[in-house]
Amino acid sequence: MNIEDFPMLKEDLIYLDNGATTLKPQCVIDKVTEYYTKYSANAHRGDYDISFKVDQEYEKAREIVRNFIHAKYKEEVVFTSGTTESLNMIANGFFGKFLEPNDEILITQSEHASNVLPWFRLSRKLGVVVKYIPLDEHHYVTLENVKKSITPNTKVISLASITNVIGDERPIKEICEFAHENNIFVVMDGAQSVPHRKTDVQDLDVDFLAFSGHKMCGPTGIGILYGKKELLEEMEPQNLGGGMNESFDSPNEVYLKDLPTRLEAGTPNIAGAIGLGEAIKYLESIGMEKIEDYEKNLRAYAINKLILIPHLDILNIESDSGIISFNVTDVFSQDVAYYLNKYKICVRAGNHCAKILKKETGVQNSLRVSLYFYNTENDIDNLVELLSNKEKIVEGIL
Amino acid sequence: MESREVIMKHYTSSPYKKNKNLDESYQKVTTKSDSCIDRLDIFIKIEEDKIVDAYFEGEACAIATSSCSILLENCKNKSLNEVKQFIENFENMINNYPYNEEELHEAVVFKEIIKQGNRKTCAYLPYSGLKQILDKSL
Repeated sequence: MNIEDFPMLKEDLIYLDNGATTLKPQCVIDKVTEYYTKYSANAHRGDYDISFKVDQEYEKAREIVRNFIHAKYKEEVVFTSGTTESLNMIANGFFGKFLEPNDEILITQSEHASNVLPWFRLSRKLGVVVKYIPLDEHHYVTLENVKKSITPNTKVISLASITNVIGDERPIKEICEFAHENNIFVVMDGAQSVPHRKTDVQDLDVDFLAFSGHKMCGPTGIGILYGKKELLEEMEPQNLGGGMNESFDSPNEVYLKDLPTRLEAGTPNIAGAIGLGEAIKYLESIGMEKIEDYEKNLRAYAINKLILIPHLDILNIESDSGIISFNVTDVFSQDVAYYLNKYKICVRAGNHCAKILKKETGVQNSLRVSLYFYNTENDIDNLVELLSNKEKIVEGIL
Repeated sequence: MESREVIMKHYTSSPYKKNKNLDESYQKVTTKSDSCIDRLDIFIKIEEDKIVDAYFEGEACAIATSSCSILLENCKNKSLNEVKQFIENFENMINNYPYNEEELHEAVVFKEIIKQGNRKTCAYLPYSGLKQILDKSL
């Protein structure tokens, strides 16, 4: 649906790599262009009209994000460069400050690199221990396995709400409830879920949430760090500099601004933030429930057809999201991606940044189709037709 | 033999695919792409300035794999300087400089395919790996 809003779809492109990034609707492009053409000044300077306009638009975008994820306070919404930066800020700036040797961090083997490597670094730096919640036979996280995995040393559980290869949805709300009863913090990597369904941080009761703008029709280089206000207050800014300080006279006399500005040192990605605000308004105009339903139906449509192709090995027949990971028997995934590219179909081949997942699935690489609301049954029909004929695939890899 | 047949022959049944344990007399280099998932390990045995044996293993696409097999075929029993010249000749071909087609032997099969998007990187991947070993040895 809404294909007409996307300039990229005016060409005969079939874009099925939405887990990596999404296409941009005209309204977002216009909003970003408007900033660069009509009021391209810096933020935090109210001295002249166009700068005042920047502050207004920038803060309006923050309010749009706050409302979108149902955060209680605007101060809980920090603009970052994306999920990766947000997760690094959470790991270093918050947990790096008070975790002690032998404290335990719980993740899983299907996390994205951005939710693994910052914890690995903390492990090396502080002697904390990274542990994995075992996945069930469908590579899902169950509350039961979370319960089994915690020890008196567990301090934080950090999970993707939807994973980027299997596309399974985690019971975040139940995990938060259980974790909080045991004084454990919960970090949610929302990169693959926030763009595709309703997110309510108060209802979930997550302590921190990270997500990216470009995976939800927004510009690249902009993302969000959400944290409960009392926790963000404790977060050590990773960057110090302009915009975030109140005054300074000597190394011991440095006074910082309040949240969220304190955590946004330097000139922010103004165009990105404003563009993200517009993207969210656009998604809301369609409706997040409608987007979720549409994607689920389209996935079911795709699975019902793909499952009939005997030389396809599908990793996640069951899944809660629009992600389908598979291989063509005996053909290297990248070769299949090159073949589909000849027909202007964009899919991802690789290990999709979840590099330790191979231990869990036994599959090193795969192809990933990830859907969004502008994909159609016609896109799927084209994909299915091209994958149906194995001889044609082998013929077409060169 | 047509280009396609040559590529598929080297991709599916390369005699240079590592099929046994190699001792320490083999130098190993790992070559991988930043833009895709191709990854190859190349094993070379050098004796008196000459490559006397060569194997590879790893996971990579048809182009990178076949290119590696063809490269190793053209290196075996060649002096390091001859290999260097072979690599330079191949680089000239993929970068549109004058080159000697005859001396490239089967490596000439990539002449057309490297014009497609990212595939130049695939075909060149094993060459950048082997060059690392040559740089150390020459």
